[in-house]
Amino acid sequence: MSPHHTAPRTAIAKIWDRHRVLTQDGTDLLYIDRHYLHEGSHHAFARLRETGRELRHPELTFGVADHYAPSSPLRATETTATMIDRLKRNASDFGIDSFGIGDPRRGIVHVAMPEQGLTLPGVTVVCGDSHTATHGAFGAFAFGIGASEVAHVMATQTLWQKPVPVMRIRVTGRLPAGTTAKDLALAIIWKIGTGGATGHAVEYDGAAIAALSMEERMTLCNMTIEMGARSGFVPPDETTFDWLKGRPMAPAGDDWEAAVAEWRGLTADPGAVYDREVELDAAEVAPMVTWGTSPEQVAPVDGAIPADANGDSLGYMGLEAGAPITGITVDRAFIGSCTNGRLSDLKAAAAVLAGRSLAVPLLVSPGSDDVARQAEELGIADIFRAAGAEWGASGCSLCVGMNGDLVASGERCASTSNRNFRGRQGPGARTHLMSPQMVAAAAVTGRISDARALLAEETKA
Amino acid sequence: MKPIKTLSGPAAALPRANVDTDQIIPARFMSRSRTDGYGDQCFHDMRFDQDGAAKADFPLNALPEGPTVLVADDNFGCGSSREAAVYALLDYGVSAVIAPSFADIFRSNSGKNGLLTIALPPATVQALLAKLAEAPGTPAQVDLPAQRVTIGNEVFAFEIDPRLKHRLENGLDDLSATLQDADRIAAFEASYFGARPWIRPRKAG
Ligand code: SF4
Repeated sequence: MSPHHTAPRTAIAKIWDRHRVLTQDGTDLLYIDRHYLHEGSHHAFARLRETGRELRHPELTFGVADHYAPSSPLRATETTATMIDRLKRNASDFGIDSFGIGDPRRGIVHVAMPEQGLTLPGVTVVCGDSHTATHGAFGAFAFGIGASEVAHVMATQTLWQKPVPVMRIRVTGRLPAGTTAKDLALAIIWKIGTGGATGHAVEYDGAAIAALSMEERMTLCNMTIEMGARSGFVPPDETTFDWLKGRPMAPAGDDWEAAVAEWRGLTADPGAVYDREVELDAAEVAPMVTWGTSPEQVAPVDGAIPADANGDSLGYMGLEAGAPITGITVDRAFIGSCTNGRLSDLKAAAAVLAGRSLAVPLLVSPGSDDVARQAEELGIADIFRAAGAEWGASGCSLCVGMNGDLVASGERCASTSNRNFRGRQGPGARTHLMSPQMVAAAAVTGRISDARALLAEETKA
Repeated sequence: MKPIKTLSGPAAALPRANVDTDQIIPARFMSRSRTDGYGDQCFHDMRFDQDGAAKADFPLNALPEGPTVLVADDNFGCGSSREAAVYALLDYGVSAVIAPSFADIFRSNSGKNGLLTIALPPATVQALLAKLAEAPGTPAQVDLPAQRVTIGNEVFAFEIDPRLKHRLENGLDDLSATLQDADRIAAFEASYFGARPWIRPRKAG
C-alpha cells in the first residue's frame, strides 16, 4: 500500500480506501458510485453488445446528449442527429436514464449532473471525458476514462487503479476584483506547466479556495486536467452543502443529515503527506489570456508574448514573439463550455456587454437548459441579444466543434473554453482562452482588451 | 486483444511536445464505429492539406505507412480522453510510442488496447528524435518479455507495470478477469450501500 494510505491521510486517500473492493499486485479495484455517459460512449455500448453483457447498475448510470447537441437548428446535420439518436437508443436498450433533446435536465454532462444533485462529496465519479475532473469541486474523486474502461464500469461498476500520487495546491490570499477562477487556473498552469501535475490527484486548499463559490470551484477543478492531473478536489464545506441541498436527486430528510455528517470528515488529516506541493498567492493573479496552442502558452492581459515563444505555435497562431497581448484582433467570440457556461459566467459577461454592442460575432451556448432558463428569467439572455450575440441552445458547441459550430480556418476566436489546441474549434482555427468577462470585452472591442478597464468606465459614467 | 511478445518494423520521429489527442484524431471524425477503421484519420490535419494531399513537411509522410515505433516528445497524448486516438495510431500501423512522458488517460487507454507506451529519459529521446529526423524508417524491434527496444544498432531497456506486462503478453482483457471476482464485488456492495443508503440517487418527483 502506498504511504499516503496510512494515517494521517490525504482526503483522496480517505475516499480511495472507502471504495477499495480488493487489491491485486499493487493495483486496487475501486467501486464507482456514479457513471456518466454522453454520445461518445457508443464504443463502450458496442463492446457490451458484442460480448452480450448487461449493465451491473443502470440506476447509478446517467446519460446526456451534449457533444453533438446543435446550438442552432440551422447547423444540425445528419451526424449530429445520428449520434444523439444512437445514445437515446443505447440508453433505452440498457435501461439508463438519459437526458435527451427537449429534456429540461439536459446540458453539458459536467454542468447538468451536478445540477441534478447527482455528484456528491465523497463519491467516485467517472465518465468517458477528461473534464470529469470538474466534479471534484464537490469533494468527489472524479476522473476521466477511456472507452475500454467505460465498458468495464458498465459491466462491473468497478475500475482497476494503481494508487495515485496526490499533489496539494495551496492558494492563499484572495482573488482581486475582475479576476476569476479561470484566471486562477490559467495562472497555475502558467506556473507549473501542462505537465506540472501529470498523473496526480490534486487537492486544493487555502483561504482563496475556501472563498470560491461552487461554480468557481467547478471551473478550477475542470481546468485541473490541463495541468496533466487526473482529478481536482476541493474539500466540501458549507458552500458545498448549501448548493446541493434540495437538488432533485440529492439525498433528502434523514439521508441528508447522515450524508452531511459523513461529508464533514472529507478533509485531509493534519500532517498528511503529499507527493508534491505547490503554493501561490491569489492576490497576484491577473486576467490571463493564452497566445499559443497549449494552455501553458499563456500570459497576463497586460503582458506580452515571451521573446523565446515556440515558433511552431506562433506560426499556427499568426502571432509574433514579444507582441503585447492587449490589442490582438479577434474575428469572433464564444461563451460557453463546461468550464464557463454556468449562470455566474453568463452574468459576468453580461455585465460587460450591457449597453454596448458587438464588434465581432459572439456565440453564446449556455451550459445547460436550466442555465438557459434562468438566464431568460433574469433578463441576461436579453442583454446578450441586445448586444447582437447569437443566443444558442445548450451543449458543448464551439468548445470542440462536433455539433456543427466551427471557427473557420485562420480565424481568431476569443473563447471561454478550456483547450486552445490546434484545430480544436475547427481545422486551422486559432483559439485564445480567457474568462467570460474577457471574452465579452474582446467581443465588444474586436481585440483582446482588459475587461477591468471596461467595467471601470461604467462606474465612472 | 492479441498477445504481444515482440514487434519489429520501421521507426520514425514526430519531434513535437504536447501532441494532443485532437491532433492524433480530430474530433469531427469521432462518430465512426471502431470496425470502420481509423487509420486514414490518424494525424489527419497534420498529415494532409485541405485537398487531402499528403503534406511534404510532415515527418511521418516520409514513410509509405505509419511507423511501427513512433518517437515523440514530452506529454504525448494529452487532452481529450478519446480512446479513438489509440485506435487511430494502431490502425495507422503504430504498435509502440516512445516519449519522455505520456498523458495519464492516454497511457491507460493504450494499455487496454495493446499499444505499448515506452517512457525513456528525455536526453535519450532527444538523441533518437535527431537520429530519426536524419534516417526516418530506421529498423526497430521491441522485445516485451526482455523489456528492451532496439533502434538501428542501439538498445534501450524500459520499465513496464508487471500487471500490464502480464496482460499484454497473454492478450488478456481486464473485464473477463474482473468478472471472476463478481462475488467480492457483491459482498462489497452489501456492506457499502448498507452503511450509506443515501449513495443511491433519489428518484426525483
Ligand atoms: S464543453 Fe468541451 S470540454 Fe466540456 S465536455 Fe463538452 S467538449 Fe468536453
